[in-house]
Amino acid sequence: MDIENKYAEDGTAPPPLAFALGPNLAAEVASAEPARRAELLARIAAEVRATIVRTVGGARFGHIGGDLSVADVLTTLYFGVLRVRPEDPAWPDRDRLVLSKGHCAAALYAVLSLARFFPVEALERFVQPLSPLSGHPNRRKVPGVEANTGALGHGLPFGVGCAVAARLAASDRRVFVILGDGELQEGSNWEAAMAAGHQGLGNLTAVVDRNGLQQGARTEATNRLEPLADKWRAFGWEVADVNGHDTRALLEVFSRPHDGRPRCVIAHTVKGKGVSFIEDRVEWHHKAPTPAQVAQALAELGR
Amino acid sequence: MSASAAPGTPEAFDCRVAFAEELATTARADPRIVVVCNDSIGSSNLAPFSREFPDRTVNVGIAEQDMVGVAAGLANGGYVPFVCGAAAFLSGRALEQIKNDLAYSGYHAILCGMSPGLAYGELGPTHHSIEDIAWLRAVSDLTVVVPADPEETRGAVRWAIEAEGPVFLRISRFRVPPVTPPGARFEAGKATELRRGRDLTILASGTMVHRALEAAALLAQRGLEARVLNLSTVKPLDVEALVRAAVETGRILTVEESIATGGLGGAVAEVVCQRHPVPMRILGAPHFAPTGDSAFLFEYFGLTGTGIARAALELLGRGAP
Repeated sequence: MDIENKYAEDGTAPPPLAFALGPNLAAEVASAEPARRAELLARIAAEVRATIVRTVGGARFGHIGGDLSVADVLTTLYFGVLRVRPEDPAWPDRDRLVLSKGHCAAALYAVLSLARFFPVEALERFVQPLSPLSGHPNRRKVPGVEANTGALGHGLPFGVGCAVAARLAASDRRVFVILGDGELQEGSNWEAAMAAGHQGLGNLTAVVDRNGLQQGARTEATNRLEPLADKWRAFGWEVADVNGHDTRALLEVFSRPHDGRPRCVIAHTVKGKGVSFIEDRVEWHHKAPTPAQVAQALAELGR
Repeated sequence: MSASAAPGTPEAFDCRVAFAEELATTARADPRIVVVCNDSIGSSNLAPFSREFPDRTVNVGIAEQDMVGVAAGLANGGYVPFVCGAAAFLSGRALEQIKNDLAYSGYHAILCGMSPGLAYGELGPTHHSIEDIAWLRAVSDLTVVVPADPEETRGAVRWAIEAEGPVFLRISRFRVPPVTPPGARFEAGKATELRRGRDLTILASGTMVHRALEAAALLAQRGLEARVLNLSTVKPLDVEALVRAAVETGRILTVEESIATGGLGGAVAEVVCQRHPVPMRILGAPHFAPTGDSAFLFEYFGLTGTGIARAALELLGRGAP
């Protein structure tokens, strides 16, 4: 699971071992006054966005639209909610985070590196030959990744299994699965939703990154998802609609106790959030910015 | 459906019974073992397990994709899931979950394909699982085991619990006579020589192994000595035993209760043609089965002692028996 060892296993040079530890961001958020936590998370999210732009721009590859829409959700979870140990990623009682929309690997890598699961410098090798950081996450190469997602509709069944395992082990660990909205057109999600409702998995949260766009068009023009909240309720889930860019609202909903049912958080987001020329534009689903666009994007993000 | 088309000897046994007994026995001593199934408690013979371990039986309903994904999540939590469902639906419906959630992710689970091959006779090709070996053989990091009798099934279950990565166990419902030597330890990736011979080698797996022995007995009546190997691990293959068979006997006949393209025969051919080319014949089902019970289908496809002997004679250029 160690990223340095995996480089060596691939026969390539390891990245610098000396990793200048940045601030422990999760600890800073935890020790801040409750009223200030959301603001701190928003500042971290801005750094996450800048890191995504640099990573995707540098590699000339990535799904930047969805990376930017899910940035606040990932940031809030990793730096404000999840009980994980970056120095011991296999800790059995860790909370599980499954990024079912695995094409947004760059966003996950940005957050994992800022959370000190591996050196930020490794991002420079995103999708480069023999890099552990593939276009979709690989748990056998990257510490902190739970499942090799990318084929859509796989994360929620996996998360149901994690939640059942936690219950069997009498552990209070929690499971969060982040789903794309277009991804919900895959039927396997609804097999899992039905099972989770039936089993009353009160340790499971599904977060839908509801940015309204899928690869080719708007979700509602492709294969309609609405009324989405009603669908989840009908499968036995509690549903919360929140602004997916409001770290205060996200922190509150992720910290709220369950009522015995699994919870679906429909995070209303803007695809490409934070960069004007990417926001809500379908052509930026899988596209990388040019160096000039990277500079403009970083300027807009205050970097 | 036909209960069975097995040779009807009084000593014949059902691998599912051995599987269920071994699973329950090991689960008593190993709290990591759980079962995930798709409404298949009855058809997988899991009623005793689910009564004894209700909390460790996760029935997700008729939802194979969810079933395999849930198993991967349980493996993530340190459990050892036995995923039980009819082989046709487990291997076909959940193929992408087997590939990504288990094999590529590196999670250990035992996929138990129940009633495979032509077991479901009259139910027809929707329920036959003749493609499973060919499909699953293409998945990296997945071990494919096809036990030949109840004793080998027990050994394979015990081995699979400690294996690395996912394992596909093909568990037959036909009653078969024992072929595994008493006390033999199951060793994954090792072929077992059940009969010595120099005129050709018959390689078989699962329910075809005892039929290969029947064929060898028929051939012996004509003065031909067939080597018979039980190739219960289809992936990874026992390459050394295959090459030795090619070198020493010069003719290879494979027999499988599955499609004759891409399965056991295809796997053997890949080795033989690259390491020591010799004439081969691949016996299996060449296409979807017509209507009929299992006994009829085995006759129809020549998957009987007589049919295997006939194919062997053709391979040896000796004409019909």
